[in-house]
Amino acid sequence: MPSAIGEPLDRVDGRLKVTGRATYTAENNLPNLTYGVLVTSTIAKGRIAVIDTAPARRSPGILAVLTHESHLKLAMSQDDISLDEPADRKLQLLQNDRVLYANQPVGVVVGQTLEEAQEGARLVKIQYSFRTPSVSLENGLASAYIPERVSGGGEPGKSSRGDFDAGLSQAAVRIEQVYTSPFQTHNPMEPHATVAVWDAPDRLTIYDASQGIFGARKRVADLLGLPVENVRVLAPYVGGGFGSKGPTWSHVLLCAMAAREVNRPVKLVLARPQMFGPIGCRTETRQAISLGAKADGSLVALKNDVVTHTSSFDEFAEPASIPSRKLYSVSNNSTLQRLVRSDIGTPSYMRAPGEAPGTFALEVAMDELAYALKMDPVALRLKNYAERDEDSRLPWSGKSLRECYRMGVERFGWTRRSPEPRSMRDGHTLIGWGLGTAMFPAIRMPASARARLNRDGTILVEAGTQEIGGGTYTTMTQIAADGIGVEPSRVVFRLGDTRFPPTPVSGGSMTTASTGSAVYLAGRALRQKILQLATQDRNSPLYGARMDRVNLENGRLSRQDRPGEMETIQTFAGRLNGPYLEAASDASPGQPQRSGSNGEKEFSPYSFGAQFAEVRVDADLGTIQVSRMVGAFGAGRIINAKTARSNLMGGMVWGASFALYEHTVYDERWARIVNNNLAEYHVPVNADIGEIDVLWVDESDDRVDPIGAKGIGEIGITGSVAAVANAVFHATGKRIRDLPITLDKLL
Amino acid sequence: MRPFTYTRPSTIDGAIAALSQSGAKFLGGGTNLIDLMKMGVEQPASLIDITRLPLSRIEESQGGLRIGATARNSVVAEHPLVREKYPLLSEALLAGASPQLRNMATIGGNLMQRTRCYYFYDPTYPQCNKRVPGSGCAAVAGYNRIHAILGAFAPVREDLQCIATNPGDMGVALMALEAMVAVRGPLGDRSIPIADFYRLPGNAPNLDTNLRPGELIVAVDLPPLDWATGAHYLKIRDRNSYAFALVSVAVVIGLDGNGAIRQARIALGGVAHMPWRVPEAERALIGQTPGEAPFRAAADTLLRGATTYPHNAFKVELARRAVARALTTAASA
Repeated sequence: MPSAIGEPLDRVDGRLKVTGRATYTAENNLPNLTYGVLVTSTIAKGRIAVIDTAPARRSPGILAVLTHESHLKLAMSQDDISLDEPADRKLQLLQNDRVLYANQPVGVVVGQTLEEAQEGARLVKIQYSFRTPSVSLENGLASAYIPERVSGGGEPGKSSRGDFDAGLSQAAVRIEQVYTSPFQTHNPMEPHATVAVWDAPDRLTIYDASQGIFGARKRVADLLGLPVENVRVLAPYVGGGFGSKGPTWSHVLLCAMAAREVNRPVKLVLARPQMFGPIGCRTETRQAISLGAKADGSLVALKNDVVTHTSSFDEFAEPASIPSRKLYSVSNNSTLQRLVRSDIGTPSYMRAPGEAPGTFALEVAMDELAYALKMDPVALRLKNYAERDEDSRLPWSGKSLRECYRMGVERFGWTRRSPEPRSMRDGHTLIGWGLGTAMFPAIRMPASARARLNRDGTILVEAGTQEIGGGTYTTMTQIAADGIGVEPSRVVFRLGDTRFPPTPVSGGSMTTASTGSAVYLAGRALRQKILQLATQDRNSPLYGARMDRVNLENGRLSRQDRPGEMETIQTFAGRLNGPYLEAASDASPGQPQRSGSNGEKEFSPYSFGAQFAEVRVDADLGTIQVSRMVGAFGAGRIINAKTARSNLMGGMVWGASFALYEHTVYDERWARIVNNNLAEYHVPVNADIGEIDVLWVDESDDRVDPIGAKGIGEIGITGSVAAVANAVFHATGKRIRDLPITLDKLL
Repeated sequence: MRPFTYTRPSTIDGAIAALSQSGAKFLGGGTNLIDLMKMGVEQPASLIDITRLPLSRIEESQGGLRIGATARNSVVAEHPLVREKYPLLSEALLAGASPQLRNMATIGGNLMQRTRCYYFYDPTYPQCNKRVPGSGCAAVAGYNRIHAILGAFAPVREDLQCIATNPGDMGVALMALEAMVAVRGPLGDRSIPIADFYRLPGNAPNLDTNLRPGELIVAVDLPPLDWATGAHYLKIRDRNSYAFALVSVAVVIGLDGNGAIRQARIALGGVAHMPWRVPEAERALIGQTPGEAPFRAAADTLLRGATTYPHNAFKVELARRAVARALTTAASA
């Protein structure tokens, strides 16, 4: 049967995007539009003693200056709200004079033009009563606490199996080291942006650069006291988010509140420096890992004590310990997560939360162990291969990691590696090869979709999901086409509107498994309706045929009992009584899957991969170039070979970026970020990255969802960080355990 | 952004006259000035756009080359005369910024670009002696990875200390080329050696250059370089493009028929308030055979007196190695 799934279909929205006709949030220039600019705090802790808005109000074109002295009312208190959406954060909405972190919103200035509003914001003069802030993991260790649950999957903050100390005492070789990764900032290319329009005193439309329009709708409705159905959120195109646009942050509410005050639409776009603080970050991590192994390499003890930051007023626990719980077979295992309260904006989900730093520390420690044992790093991993999830005591839903190692080893040429550090050289360039293992959970949440056959034979499929750059318009088009049995070119997929069926946040690599399943099932339901109608329609060649003897494939309706008698879906559609024929479907985890199992409860759903990196390091100057990367993944069914390759490649580049470049630098005296722009917050440029090979195992994990897909948005970052760090050690003989690995650390 | 007026005079003298209004600034490519205006560091009352003045020619002059002040960085970098006679300048220009920025940036504007010290760039930090002399220096006890290790200390009043670096690449090359900066002002024309064009912070860290009020850069003059047998611009930074130098080195070297050094010039970037040159280090190379030992000795002399802070101590050894590498590369050309 011809299948659209798996084909490298070009992006259906590609032409719109490259010609500038895809409308992003900040491009909604509505009639009567005004411009909001945030005023943000320049201290991290204290109170606003005096706020003088008079000069701003007098400035030309200023329509409103909102501060905590404006006494803007919310329908519910921040502190009472039950944060039932996992992505919701406590917001700062001008309710009091407290300053909790640097760059906190403390005012909104609305102007007739952007420039007038910017000037007005500059003229708001604030005197603070300053208290000394804290943003130090080391200083906070003594008062660190163990969270009941870590963020994301909600696993406990502590885990243990067997007896770690007893296990370690049997070890022939031990590795006990501390690994750190710095604060990082998401920095999607498109800044956070909101346009709010009050259609009536109790009806609100919001255009928002959001990864989760339904979460945004609920949050806005709750806080402003509106019925949820009176709030519409639109996000047809989002210019990247990487997790920062998952939660609904303060500026979204402030934009809506400002629009209510001026009774006109308000557009509020964060300036790049304002994206460092109030919209989340990846916390700094400190991971103390202890590994014990027998002389043959088998692990007898594994421990990871993780310390990360949370804010002084909210809790987010970056789940970095998870890989240490699950990746290897080891009977004595202990992990702990502790949180330090710091005077920062609440850390949040950032692409591959937990697994990105977690696989970095664990897989560098495993590399150290391989050297201590004089064992090949691949052989050490295979020696400790986990045949099931020993943490949850469940079988994996599907695991192709052995095959990933094999494919990666072959493509990379790993067997030609000379194991000794500094042994591969080209003039004054040291060459190093490194390995890291990738893993990421296959997450799935309830989603809905609807599919409609129009009388002209076109098909419209809708689900509320978001397109954040991964290719959702295209992959959903393919899935719908296969579900129905038509060519992808016949299908138009629409998303990014809360009037469409509800779907989860575009995060956690879950869009394909969640929304994709709903789209597939809606497609199947429509197919069923079409075939049913056809068999009852005297004008159809399928009339009178049994339902199990008819088929819809490639846009043609046919019957098995009379081969050759068929009609096109276009012909069929032309005879529809109404303007269209519609079907809808909900898809939830825990429903019977294709294999007839209850995926979530009976299996541990994970994806895995093997990452290989080559670096070239100048022996004298310490400059590092990632010259080659190979990633091999077992991530379920791949829906689009082209967008999947791009997505995984982007993840691998991010891994190199995590290892070598990204670093949000705090000046600890004031808990302020000093490199709050894209000139000084470094991500790699083209010149930094060499060849990248992306491979995947032909895997379809039918235990996780009806389409066998597990998600690929994040796994590329996992394992690749360690692969680069381990390659740097192999090149130079210097083991750098504190990221990023910058040239000064190699001198 | 504060409102400002914009004018585009058609003559050089008109531009100079326009600058006499209070709060006026010349606008070249705007790649730095507009940024600084958005940040509120610069708040000019008027901008005088000089990019339409007849100042963009690149021509041979007095055995050397004259580059008009409004010639774009990308044009200069790719100009046949520059590539043939002063490849060092081409290398340095191409090491700076990104293609888009180089298409906008002008030679005169590039000379005037300001430090990227984080604390200077963000006026919400109250301490910055470069923005507000006497307010203090936030970098000294703050994050100082990109800051100066040379020339920022004695003699200076402690309350006026500034450890900012000049961020440019082109200026470092011009230092090694002993370029002259041709300016015109209300009192007429003058030509300033590049070493005197820039300045150390001293007791006036707010001043980056020795330009006098009302002066306009009209050209950069490169003297003949017939003696040179090799040159190299080595820029070391945190990524391979679009990053300022942690340390950069511009060297020009001339070897005699026997392979001995006849003359050498070495300028360091990223280490001081201006491109850093020590004639003594260059003199000691004369007559030597190129090699690790004399190159390391030159580097040691260049870095004599270096003072470091917690985050920039690595620059000393990095600069030493970079000098040796750049000299080796230039000597083997």
